Amino acid sequence: MSISPRETLDKSLQETLDELVLMSSMVEEAIKASVEALKRRDFDLSRQIIAGDATINAKHFEIENRCILIIATQQPLARDLRLLAAVLEVVTELERIGDYGKGIAKINLMMGHDPLLKPLIDIPRMAEISLSMLHRAIGAFVVGDVEVARAIPKEDDLVDSLYNQVYRELLTYMIADPSTIDRGNYLLWVAHNLERSADRVTNICERTLYMVTGEMREFDTTYDEYEEK
Amino acid sequence: MTLNIKLAAPLLSNPDGISSNGDYAIEARQLHVYYGDFLAVKDVELDIEIRKITALIGPSGCGKSTVLRAFNRMNDLIPIARTEGEVLFHGQNIYTPGIDPVEVRKHIGMVFQKPNPFPKSIYENIAWGARINGFKGRKSDMDNLVESALRGAALWDEVKDKLQQSGLSLSGGQQQRLCIARAIAVKPDIILMDEPASSLDPISTLKIEELMRDLKSEYTIIIVTHNMQQAARVSDFTAFFTLNEQRAGFLMEYGPTNELFLNPKEKITEDYITGRFG
Repeated sequence: MSISPRETLDKSLQETLDELVLMSSMVEEAIKASVEALKRRDFDLSRQIIAGDATINAKHFEIENRCILIIATQQPLARDLRLLAAVLEVVTELERIGDYGKGIAKINLMMGHDPLLKPLIDIPRMAEISLSMLHRAIGAFVVGDVEVARAIPKEDDLVDSLYNQVYRELLTYMIADPSTIDRGNYLLWVAHNLERSADRVTNICERTLYMVTGEMREFDTTYDEYEEK
Repeated sequence: MTLNIKLAAPLLSNPDGISSNGDYAIEARQLHVYYGDFLAVKDVELDIEIRKITALIGPSGCGKSTVLRAFNRMNDLIPIARTEGEVLFHGQNIYTPGIDPVEVRKHIGMVFQKPNPFPKSIYENIAWGARINGFKGRKSDMDNLVESALRGAALWDEVKDKLQQSGLSLSGGQQQRLCIARAIAVKPDIILMDEPASSLDPISTLKIEELMRDLKSEYTIIIVTHNMQQAARVSDFTAFFTLNEQRAGFLMEYGPTNELFLNPKEKITEDYITGRFG
């Protein structure tokens, strides 16, 4: 029987990545369900999402702990170490995206029985693109595919332009009828949460680049909400 | 013929930084070492930075200890060993015919894997080396030298009340620091350390590492270690050696330790430090 010197480390790293994929799927589900609940005005589903966020947070801590334990006990170096450092960042991004889903669920509850200000078309589209970006970003991270990781942030422009569109549209409603300001604002928050989710996917892609190449830099996306107009 | 030593140039950069000082304590040029017909080390080109700690790492048999020993002509003591190429010490080739290897070793001291104090008192362990190297001061001067060497090796406080006890009565870690004190008592420029902590317990190991950090303000240190964490912890620069198909050791990659351990340039280096081979 031959002994592989990396058997324990490889197994630990693979398990960590498996857990990361699991956490990502929990987060994806939270975002997807939060928009679905809003669309259907399903309060029970929103409450489930809010309660479920604790599970995502627990998974975050579990993975973080797992990484620290591997660092402490296996003394990883080079790419192994960069992978763990990157996982620590990625789980933080995922946890925050999970919070955005919980935020959307809360908005649904806060809106109570008021009808939606407008039919949801662009917002589900934003969710769909953000989720697709997230799914592929995690896939690229797990296999260390830098090319895919580089390409994904470009799609953020589409989410940003949808956000601008939703923003302008809601503003028009609110200006025309100030009694809709509350309802308009709620939807604006939803759109904002989704826009931020896509931004965090870009951060995940940056970590893939770091893990594979050791290069630490930001990927440019065209739109910057704080940029001077 | 004695070595004509130029004083080390003043540091050009932050001594705690990892940037190059722009001046080298040792420059290996096309260094080959043979044991009989066997080429053990092939064509090493290596510039050792002044007053930095440089670690030599690599799998067993890669020639890192051979290279270390070539830096103060210790290989001369092995009858079948033969060295080709140059080892420049402050610009002067230590293999120039006529240069006395004992003179070389005064400037380039060595600490070995197993602590090897002389079977004499702690005091004599330091004084003897100084005496045979021509120390001709008074007793009080020798006392001062012994104290400063023991202080330099962070051992004084532990032994000041028992200087006449045998060096062999000390613990392994203390013995190794005594050997370091003995090495620095003759005021070398460079200290070579061949796995200096491999036979020590973790606390003694960390003490040796702390001592190395203290010593680098005055000395250039080159350490061979099998312990990659130790190389990562203690060194400023790391040279990774490996073997070719003929089992000759060669220098694969050399650079700042932080870069070599976090993002090595060569795949073979990465494979070695992450335990994929070696």
